[in-house]
Amino acid sequence: MALLWANVVISGVLIGLVYGLIALGLTIIFGVIRVVNFAHGAMVVFGLYVGYCTGLWWGMPTILAALLAGVLMFGVGYCLESAVVTRFVTRPHHVQFILFIGISLLFTGIQLIWFGPDPRPSVSQLSFETISLRGIRIDLARLQAACATTVLILALAAFLKYSLFGRYIRAAADNRLGGLIVGIPIPKIYAITFGIGTACAGFAGALISPLFDAQPYLAVDFTLLAFVTVIVGGLGSFVGALIGGLTIGVTEAVAALLFAPSMKTALSYALLIVVLILRPKGFFGAKEV
Amino acid sequence: MAREPVLAVEGLNVSYAGSAALNGVSLVVQAEELICVIGANGAGKTSLIRSIAGIVGPASGRIVWRGKDIVGMSPWEICELGIAQVPEGREVFANLSVEDNLVIGGSLKRARGRRDANLQRVYELFPRLDERRRQSAGTLSGGEQQMVAIGRAMMSEPEMIMFDEPSIGLSPALTTVMFDVVKRLHDDKITILLVEQNVASSLSIGNRGYVLENGSVVLEGSGQDLLSNEDVRRAYLGL
Repeated sequence: MALLWANVVISGVLIGLVYGLIALGLTIIFGVIRVVNFAHGAMVVFGLYVGYCTGLWWGMPTILAALLAGVLMFGVGYCLESAVVTRFVTRPHHVQFILFIGISLLFTGIQLIWFGPDPRPSVSQLSFETISLRGIRIDLARLQAACATTVLILALAAFLKYSLFGRYIRAAADNRLGGLIVGIPIPKIYAITFGIGTACAGFAGALISPLFDAQPYLAVDFTLLAFVTVIVGGLGSFVGALIGGLTIGVTEAVAALLFAPSMKTALSYALLIVVLILRPKGFFGAKEV
Repeated sequence: MAREPVLAVEGLNVSYAGSAALNGVSLVVQAEELICVIGANGAGKTSLIRSIAGIVGPASGRIVWRGKDIVGMSPWEICELGIAQVPEGREVFANLSVEDNLVIGGSLKRARGRRDANLQRVYELFPRLDERRRQSAGTLSGGEQQMVAIGRAMMSEPEMIMFDEPSIGLSPALTTVMFDVVKRLHDDKITILLVEQNVASSLSIGNRGYVLENGSVVLEGSGQDLLSNEDVRRAYLGL
């Protein structure tokens, strides 16, 4: 019994790290640009399709597919911000909401045209491989996703802390007027930040492509998942997004064990409600990135 | 007036939502001068500084820096020209460490190469910041935050620093310290545009001054002339 629980919790933690990365993308965009990217889930799905296609066409390993998806989605995010989102930064929230819902629908539509509505299972052999350690069986796909995510998160943290652009991003999140005063090129920083956020989504999507069948309508699920994660962890907080991701990952896994696999989403929403009642700002509700 | 002014503001009009903040303001600043702009709240002092910095777009008029009209340039391009600012309310990056605040100020292309040396210079001028370099700027006192804002401006090796009410909210003792710092920067050959409500202190260190009222320049002259001017004494010094 203890072994079963250990299995479940570990698998929850592994997938939770990926959820954390997805949420991190959303929270960075919100923390700096103060817009909520409702198209985030559609960008995760793009990552899934990158993982699916590169595996099918070229037999590309998932990890390389994830890097490719990250770079591609950075480009998409950068261009989308500098062409469209930048015009909506100072508009009221409801206008931004409509914009991002529109972008999300557009992306889902493109995916429908390209790939059709049917779920596309990954051809990666990783989907079926596991390793055993003292009776604990771990999915290789999950383990790889968790390791790659951890590396990316550490790299991102170092980038934000020590690089010039990282400092600029933190400064722009902190005080936009102050940023203009010291000569930070705010539009460029916003575009880069948006690109980083969408790159997180794409990278994570490709990493979990061996675990999830690619399907356009998953966009809504992933957007909501990112939302729940970010709110549980605390909006705008880097650490909060990670803790939120781990919490949701473990909650889902435990829910599937205790009740039924179909209950896993229900339990994470229940958790969201509990957190909103007890701690409306989330675990790490702060204005830091 | 044989010399070419570094900064010439000509007939500047700025308005917010239809109401005028600046109404045909003109002024010139010579290299290495310390110019005061004095006026009451709402006279348009902050609008003047923000339009020179490119943060507010003027409705009409010219802002000429070293012979070139800079209206329409972005704030970051204007910073690269060597125009720095110590804003009203300090606007430091509260969640970032003191050192990050300074490093960001020193990351413009014009000064990036000498960032570490400039950082040392700021720490020498404000040893207090050296002690607190790892602390977040938001946890500092008002006076210390003002030092961060000044240090941040110095980090870009500016030719001109615009001060927007550096004494606001500071104790009289700290105000004296701030005016000393402004004077010291001026002695280091940095051109200063000092916008203040503290009329006596600023005019006494300024080469020349302008009096701003309801968005227009109503009086100009040397610091001493303005200090002894009847209207200035009555309106701003209560004498």
